Amino acid sequence: MTFLEEIIDGVNGTSAGPVEARDRDGPIVEVSDVSVSLGSVQALEDVSVDVQRGEFMGVIGPNGAGKTTLLRTISGVIDPTSGSVLVNGQDVTALPSRESSRLVAVVPQETNLAFDFDVREIVEMGRTPYQKRVRLQGETDSEIVDQALERTQIADLADRDIGEVSGGERQRVLLARALAQDTPVLLLDEPTASLDINHQIRTLELVKSLVEAGKTVMAPIHDLNLAAHYCDRLLLLSEGRRTALGPPSSVLTEAHLESAFGTDAVVTNNPVTGSVYVMALPEGARECTGPRIHVIGGGGSGARLLYLLAASGYDVTTGALNEGDADIETARMLGVDRITVEPYAPIDEAAAERVKNRVAEAAVTVVADLAIGNGNLPNLEAATHADELVLIEDRPFEERNYAGVRGRELYEQLRAAGTVVESRNVLDAVETATADEESAGR
Amino acid sequence: MGLRTRTLTWSGLLAVVLFSVVTASAGIGPVTIAPVDVLKVLLNQVAVPSSITLSSTAAVSVGSVSVPLPQLGYTALFAYQVPETVSTIVWTVRMPRILLGALVGFALAVAGSVMQGFFRNPMADPSIIGVSTGAAVGAVAAIVLPIPVGLRVAAFITGLVAAFGVYLIATENGRTPVATLLLAGVAVQTFLGAIISFMLTMGGQSLEQAVYWLMGHLHNATWDEVGFAALFVPVLFVVLAWYSRDLNVLLLGEEDAATLGIEVERTKRVLLGVSSLITAAAVAVSGVIGFVGLIVPHMMRLVVGPDHRILLPTSALAGATFLVLTDTVARTWAGEIPVGIVTAALGAPFFLFLLRRREVHAL
Repeated sequence: MTFLEEIIDGVNGTSAGPVEARDRDGPIVEVSDVSVSLGSVQALEDVSVDVQRGEFMGVIGPNGAGKTTLLRTISGVIDPTSGSVLVNGQDVTALPSRESSRLVAVVPQETNLAFDFDVREIVEMGRTPYQKRVRLQGETDSEIVDQALERTQIADLADRDIGEVSGGERQRVLLARALAQDTPVLLLDEPTASLDINHQIRTLELVKSLVEAGKTVMAPIHDLNLAAHYCDRLLLLSEGRRTALGPPSSVLTEAHLESAFGTDAVVTNNPVTGSVYVMALPEGARECTGPRIHVIGGGGSGARLLYLLAASGYDVTTGALNEGDADIETARMLGVDRITVEPYAPIDEAAAERVKNRVAEAAVTVVADLAIGNGNLPNLEAATHADELVLIEDRPFEERNYAGVRGRELYEQLRAAGTVVESRNVLDAVETATADEESAGR
Repeated sequence: MGLRTRTLTWSGLLAVVLFSVVTASAGIGPVTIAPVDVLKVLLNQVAVPSSITLSSTAAVSVGSVSVPLPQLGYTALFAYQVPETVSTIVWTVRMPRILLGALVGFALAVAGSVMQGFFRNPMADPSIIGVSTGAAVGAVAAIVLPIPVGLRVAAFITGLVAAFGVYLIATENGRTPVATLLLAGVAVQTFLGAIISFMLTMGGQSLEQAVYWLMGHLHNATWDEVGFAALFVPVLFVVLAWYSRDLNVLLLGEEDAATLGIEVERTKRVLLGVSSLITAAAVAVSGVIGFVGLIVPHMMRLVVGPDHRILLPTSALAGATFLVLTDTVARTWAGEIPVGIVTAALGAPFFLFLLRRREVHAL
C-alpha cells in the first residue's frame, strides 16, 4: 500500500455494530495446531484448544509456559508461525485490527498509564473499534461506557485521573475498557496477579458474572486453587505445549503438576468449597535427605511442626495417630511416614511397639504441645526411649493432661531428659539436638 | 463541558490571541505603527473574487492550440486611507516574516505533540528522527558547496531523506519498534552532525551565512516562503488531527492499541511520515529553531490535558503565537539575532520552571 493510500484507508473507517456472539454454532475460539516462535524461542508448539461459548477457561502453567503468548495469538497481536486461530469462525490473523477488536477484547496485566487521562476517557477508548474518525462519540457509545463503569463498580471514579487510582481499581478500569469493546470473547492476562486476596476474589466473582451473562472468557490464572474454583475448564501448558485440558479435577492431578511445574504438590478436595485443592510442597520436601525426626502430636498440635520440619528437609515420621485426626491429614499431604490406629481407638500394644521403634530410629523425637489422655499415653512412654528429645510447650502441661498422675509422671520424666521450647523456637532446638546426636554417635 | 465544546472554546481563544499578537507584532519595529493602522492595512488586503475572465496571457498550450485559462478578478472590500510607507512596512516588510513565524511555530508545535505521543517520551521533539539535522545537511551543502540547487528545496529533500533513512534502519519485518527508532535517530543525527561540521570547516566566506541558518532565523522572509509553508502546513495538520484519536490510544502502548482496533504499524508510518513532512517544510524555510516543538506541547498538555483531539489544535495555535512573540523579540532587541537563540534562551528556563513547579515527568 502506498503512503497516500494508507492515509485514505485510515480515513474510511467502516462502522458496524458489535459482533453477535451466537450467529454461528460451534466453539467461539478454535486454536488449531498453533506454533509461535518469538525470535529464536519456540514459545508455543502445536497447541490446539477449542473454547465453547459462555465458557470460562483458565490457562495454567509455570512461568514461560506460553500462557501470555497464547493470549496474544488469539487476540491477533502476534501471528502464529503455523496453525490457525479462528474466532467466531474468522481467522483473526487475517482480520484488520478494527474487526478483530470487535471480536476479542484484552485486559492486559500491565499497561502504560503514566499520563493524565481520567478513568472515563480510558474506558471510552474501548469504543475505538466502533468509532468513525471525524464524528466525536455518539450517544450509544456513552451509554455503553456508562454500563461498563457500572458493571465494574467504578462509576464513582469516572472523573479521577488514572494515575490516582489504586492497583485493584486500575485493573477494573482496564476490565471496563474491555467491556466497552462489547466483544463476545474476553481475554484476561493474569487478572489476579499483583492483587490482594480480597481483590482477587472480587475480580474473579465479577468475571464469573460476566461469563454467566454470556461472555466467553479465557484467562491465565496463577493461583491454581482459584483457577480450580472459578473455571469451567483448565488448559495446562508446559514449555509451550498443551499438557492437559479438561475440567479442573482432571487437569489438576499430582502427576500433571509434577511434570508441568517440576515441583511436588498434593491435590485434595477443598473441605469448604468442595472443589479441587492444590497444595504445593516446598522444594525437596519428599526427598527426606536430612536426619530422621519423629513427631508425636495429635489433634492438630503437630500439623505446623510436620510442615516446618518436612520443609526444612528432615526425614519426618509421626504417630501414632488416630485415623481422621487433623495431623494425619497434614502428614498425608506432606507424604510423611505415619503410624495410625483406628478412629477413637486407644493405641494398642502393636502400635506402641512400632512407635517405640520409630523413636529409636529417629535422631530426634519432638513432642508437640498435645493433649494427653489414656488413649495416647503409650506415645509418651515411647518417647522416653528417645536419644534426643525436644518438648514443645506453649501451654502448661496441666492444662492438657487428661491422664492423671501417670501422665504427669511420664511428662516430668520427659522434661528432665529433653529440651523444652516454645513452638516458635522449634527449628533451632531440633537443629541443636541433631548436632548433639551426631557428636554423641561419633 | 464536552470535548467538542472545550476544543472549540480553547481554539477560538487561542486564535484570538494569535491574531492580536500578529497585529501587535506588525506594529513593533524601528517604525512604530499603531495597531489600528495595522488593522487597516490588513483589511485593505481582503478581497473577494468578483469576476471571471478568459485571459489570453495565462493559457495552456495543447499542441498548437492555446487554451485560455479562466482568471478571477478580485475586488477589495475595504479602502482605508493609509500612508504608502506604513502600508509597505506592514504588508511587504513585516507581514511575511510574522506569518512565516506563525506557520513555522504552528508546524513545529504540532509535530512536537505528535512525536511526544508517538514515542511516549516527554523529551521527544520534531527533530527526533533526524529531519532537522538532515535538512541542515542540505542547507549547509547548498550554501557552502557550488551546487545549483536552491537552499529551501535542498533542505526539504535531505530532511525527508534522513527521516526515511532512520525509519528504514529501524524497521525489520514490517515492524518499527519505537525504541530502535529513537536510537537510530540519535545515531543518524550524530553522523549527519559530523558531515555538517566538516562542510563548515570548508565554508570559507559563506561560513557566517551557514551558521546563521543553523541557528534558526526568520529574517528576510518573503511571501514566496510563506506560500511554500502555507502549501504544506495546513493540509498536513488536518491529516495529523485526523489521527488524534489513534494517538490517544497509542499512548496506552502499542500492544493495547492493537487490541483496540488500531492498525499500529500503519498508523505509526502515517504519523511519522506526515510529521516529518510538516517538520521538513518548517525547517526548510526557517532553519533549525529549537524548543518550540518541545515546550509548547508540554505547556498545552498542562492546560488542556493529554487528549490529542484538543491538544493538537491548541498546541498548533500556541506554537504559532509563541514563535511570533519570540521573533518579535529577536528582531527588535539588540538589532537582529536569530530567533532560535531567543526560543532556546526563553524556552529552556521556562521549561525548567515547569519541571519544578508542575511536574512535567510524564505525558
